[in-house]
Amino acid sequence: MNSWANIKTIAKRELGAYFTSPVAYVFIVIFLLLCGFFTFRLGQFFERNDASLLSFFVYHPWLFLFLVPAVGMRLWSEERRSGTIELLLTMPITAWQAIVGKFLASWLFLVLALALTFPLWISVNYLGNPDNGAIFCGYIGSALMAGAYLSIASMTSAMTRNQVIAFIVSVVICFFLILAGWQPVTTLLDSLGVVWLRNLVASLGVMTHFDAFQRGVIDARDVLFFLSLIGFALFSTGVIIRSRRAG
Amino acid sequence: MIKVENLVKTFGTKRAVDGVSFSVERGEVLGFLGPNGAGKSTTMRMITGFIPPTSGRVLVGGFDMVEKPTAAKRLIGYLPENAPAYSDMTVYGFLSFAAEVRGLRGSAKKQAIHRAVEMCFLEPVLHQTVDTLSKGYRHRTCFAQSIIHDPEVLVLDEPTDGLDPNQKHEVRGLIRQMGEKKAIIFSTHILEEVDAACSRAIIIDRGRVVANGTPAELRRRSELAGAVTLRVSGVNGAAVRERLSQLPTVKRTTILEEDNHAVTARAFPKSDVNGVLARSIAEAMQGWRIEELHTEEGRLDEVFRSITMPDTAETQEASKKK
Repeated sequence: MNSWANIKTIAKRELGAYFTSPVAYVFIVIFLLLCGFFTFRLGQFFERNDASLLSFFVYHPWLFLFLVPAVGMRLWSEERRSGTIELLLTMPITAWQAIVGKFLASWLFLVLALALTFPLWISVNYLGNPDNGAIFCGYIGSALMAGAYLSIASMTSAMTRNQVIAFIVSVVICFFLILAGWQPVTTLLDSLGVVWLRNLVASLGVMTHFDAFQRGVIDARDVLFFLSLIGFALFSTGVIIRSRRAG
Repeated sequence: MIKVENLVKTFGTKRAVDGVSFSVERGEVLGFLGPNGAGKSTTMRMITGFIPPTSGRVLVGGFDMVEKPTAAKRLIGYLPENAPAYSDMTVYGFLSFAAEVRGLRGSAKKQAIHRAVEMCFLEPVLHQTVDTLSKGYRHRTCFAQSIIHDPEVLVLDEPTDGLDPNQKHEVRGLIRQMGEKKAIIFSTHILEEVDAACSRAIIIDRGRVVANGTPAELRRRSELAGAVTLRVSGVNGAAVRERLSQLPTVKRTTILEEDNHAVTARAFPKSDVNGVLARSIAEAMQGWRIEELHTEEGRLDEVFRSITMPDTAETQEASKKK
């Protein structure tokens, strides 16, 4: 009837599932603790003497590398393991609505966790005069990156009923996306002499696209990069679910 | 309401479902019988649109399950095998989700949940999470989910599996009652359920429909059907056998039990004398003390075995020859 209503119903259930189990609370606490640790200890927030959240955002690609797949790994593998996928896919909704609904729910959850880091924003505003526009951009970039990782976790989760496998595979894929734009990797590919391959791999790098956001620049190409990554991974999720059903 | 045409499903080289066709109308309860692994669940999964058929098609209420899946699925309530349910949700939350997916909102949703809860006796566990439920309650929770939108078509995969005898009785009653207005398919391997709830039964074996008829028709296929069992006192077995074998209507006689007082014997009819056997025996036995005499209806389990077993023996032989 109304696809948006269906998506909302699915998302509501999924989001509820995070909060009725300890997953949400454990995740949020660990995420906030790690954020604090990275920002203040490794990032040397105070020693930098700089009114910005650069030391906060710079660790996000690494923090998300492990935390986001942990949120996304259960999306489909849990449905498959418990057999509820049979209920879900025989209800009068399309697989698309289910995929998008589930994805949006977990993304919303991650954005919520991210929003709970607001005390950092308050502190930095109390201590100095940061560029709040740049901080906002940083949050946007961070949320987009989390969404991209999440869509990959959704894809690997659709492949298996085993959450551990889903987790490991998506960490590996996300790790590849981090490495792709990394200097040593580009140099290595340079030495091969295949220019298009080097450019292709480098353009897949999450880091290069995330960097601009940290500096306070929202470039349409970077936004497009993350959105198309999400689109691609969700499309693959659909293909995997369809092919697994065909048995 | 449900029309299945030449349904085929292959997994790799194995043909799990091999050309199944049947139809179910409103007001019918179709029992789906067969040994384990015969293709019952696979067929049901194709009917409900969970897996696509390799070939053939499924029409539900006139909608093709492959071409118009959402319209077809809207008409169906489905209880999958093992009754899955979201374990971290409460029963109420789960039913509320099921109702919302079916497009029910507000007071219509509340009413639907209330009705389903009442029909499935879920009141005591309404606010418990699914993973704390006993198997019977969990099963009924999933069953409640399947009837929440009062569907025109119900597909139930082993609805009484794992229930205690009282619950089984309740569920059968529920199926029979709902079957008056809906088209229902349910699978089982408990044969008494066919008598208790079905208006028609299909036996499926290795992916093929091997029998299709009302329970009475199926029973008539039994070797036992039409045979007369009698108990006579004051005579011995040999005398009974002799008297019976002289009758033109009797094909064969067996003595089931013999003791000092009485003889229990069974006479099998010749194929063209259906119905008159009992009378002819009663006439032939005049002067004897007949304690009991009745015509057997045939037994479903025997039909089931005779239909699904001999082929198995054949294939085993065939594979041995190879």
